[in-house]
Amino acid sequence: MHGEALVTSRRDLLSLIGAMAGSAAMYHAMTSLGFASESPYKGPIRLDGDPKGASVLVLGAGLAGMTAAHELRKAGYKVEILEYNGRAGGRNWTLRGGDTFTELGGFKQNCEFESGLYINPGPWRIPYHHRALLDYCKRFNVALEPFIQLNHNAFLHSSRAFGGAPQRIRSVKADFQGQIAELLAKAAMQGRLDAAVTKEDQELLLQALRSWGALDRDYGYNANLISAEFRGYARDPGGGIGAEGAPGKPVGLSDILRSRLWRYLQSFAHYNFQTTMFQPVGGMDMIGKAFAREVGGPIRFNARVTQIRQDDRGVTVNYVDAARPREQRQATADWCVCTIPLPILSQLPLDVGAKMKSAIDAVPYAASVKIGLQFKRRFWEEDEAIYGGISYTDLPIRQIAYPNTGYNRTGKGVLLGAYLYDGANAYEFTAMPPAERVARAVEFGAAIHPQYNDEFENGVAVAWHRVPFTLGCSGDWSEEARAAHYDDLCQIDGRIVLAGEHASQLPAWQEGAILSALDAVVRLHERVVRT
Amino acid sequence: MTACRQDRLHWRLLVAISLALLPVAAGSQNSAHAPGERIFSSGYRFVEMSGEELFVNVCQGCHMSDGAGAAGAGAYPSLAVDANLEAGGYPVYLVLRGRRGMPPFADMMSDDQVAAVVNYLRTHFGNNFQDMVTAKDVRDARQ
Repeated sequence: MHGEALVTSRRDLLSLIGAMAGSAAMYHAMTSLGFASESPYKGPIRLDGDPKGASVLVLGAGLAGMTAAHELRKAGYKVEILEYNGRAGGRNWTLRGGDTFTELGGFKQNCEFESGLYINPGPWRIPYHHRALLDYCKRFNVALEPFIQLNHNAFLHSSRAFGGAPQRIRSVKADFQGQIAELLAKAAMQGRLDAAVTKEDQELLLQALRSWGALDRDYGYNANLISAEFRGYARDPGGGIGAEGAPGKPVGLSDILRSRLWRYLQSFAHYNFQTTMFQPVGGMDMIGKAFAREVGGPIRFNARVTQIRQDDRGVTVNYVDAARPREQRQATADWCVCTIPLPILSQLPLDVGAKMKSAIDAVPYAASVKIGLQFKRRFWEEDEAIYGGISYTDLPIRQIAYPNTGYNRTGKGVLLGAYLYDGANAYEFTAMPPAERVARAVEFGAAIHPQYNDEFENGVAVAWHRVPFTLGCSGDWSEEARAAHYDDLCQIDGRIVLAGEHASQLPAWQEGAILSALDAVVRLHERVVRT
Repeated sequence: MTACRQDRLHWRLLVAISLALLPVAAGSQNSAHAPGERIFSSGYRFVEMSGEELFVNVCQGCHMSDGAGAAGAGAYPSLAVDANLEAGGYPVYLVLRGRRGMPPFADMMSDDQVAAVVNYLRTHFGNNFQDMVTAKDVRDARQ
């Protein structure tokens, strides 16, 4: 074709660069050609230079600790890892049938889910722009599948609107847009936008409003097949005789505004929740397990750190083994990467300067509760055609999230029956015994899915302030605390550097934990090589 | 977990909006759907008013029903027979500002609520401090 030989497309050029120079060069080229996003992750780190036999003690085998250990071992360091739990992963965690969990206060739960069913009590979704986490998943062969954040057929529910009847997200979104579009179109046609919008632009505005709001020829938002294409039908089109679709009646502007259901729509528009989101196939802990496999050496489990000391020669950490709680043990190294969550670290005897100590003490940890419920059948799919995604409600359970896997199967199913974060209800659910949390989630959820009453079988509830290995969900930085303390938290203090989501600008995200660890080991390595 | 911060910002935005649009709702009591005796707040702030209600629905999450705290990799301190409660200003300060991992409740509880829960703590779980903290004390401590 004309000019084909001369005009190499940008994509072809990138393929060529990729093939000839490797992916790092391609990434650089993509960045300079304006393709790649602004993610601070620039590909795998390279720790050049000889660590000369230096040793590092890593405290915590969550994603931050295992990232640090993996990279340091690759660079030639001697690395020892201590972990409080009897498993790797930390908050990267999945509960399945047969698992037990004992929370603070001694409440023990036995997860009775059927084989193959699970909930992720901690992180459960991965944004497409979390490039470091996605890169490790690729390098460590963690299979991913889509996490459905927006399901147009899931519900928005207000106990104070529409008689408490849940509304489909698609109809709320279509009616909200349609009514606003009609209003603006009317204002434009009445000349009320003349001062703000030129005549020429108003023509375009009207076209845009008709398209965006599913308006008819007269710029009205009405019950017809135009609006039905967006909000759905009262009777879906079928086949054969008498099969034409019947439109439903849109909700009026006042009702849609007063329902306040529009406030949930931003949950789908936000950068962190935009499609495509991912989850690991089989449970979030597939990532933690892959890291544990790739970390390049053993992890000392069931080790509770009791003291962290340093001097100009090295770091000494005291710990006890859960099986021998009276026996103090010691681990020593030249350097320490500490990922212990701040509520715990703030209580330990720790040799760091006043600035880092103040920073460690300045970060409260958020309240959060997740409750998994098993049902005899996947009624949300069978009865309501909801395949994955999230329903939002003003009830204290806040969300019902449907499994994004195993669709359209017969048999039992597990959904997330509550996800509370911050706010009064998160504390109120934390204060209950686990069995009551589950019972309340079933009672509240039945207002949205009456099938709960017949189909519920069992559940598990994790309240993060009751989790022994974190004492909270995640670092809940205020803007003031971050301005005053964040840099001091991240600085290397003598021979100790902290890492974890709390030492990142992406609090509560796994990406934050990994980026924090990468930044910490790069700076630590620079110091080691220089000395 | 994931998305916590955004959810929190979202929350605060929602609260700000609903306060602006519907001042009556902010002070309303439990949701009509609240089952049983439990109290469930309807927004960001707690609707529990008495010291006992606040302890049972909030503080007990970490400090446990007997106030004895709990220990894992770290510990929640016991509030039972607690000499730190002798000066009422100290627990008022902690409830408002938080301490280490403990969240601050200044934005979630009124002066009356903070005073009520502090007075409850100071007269239960083996504590017997009879000088009551007042809402004004709390208001002053917010400065």
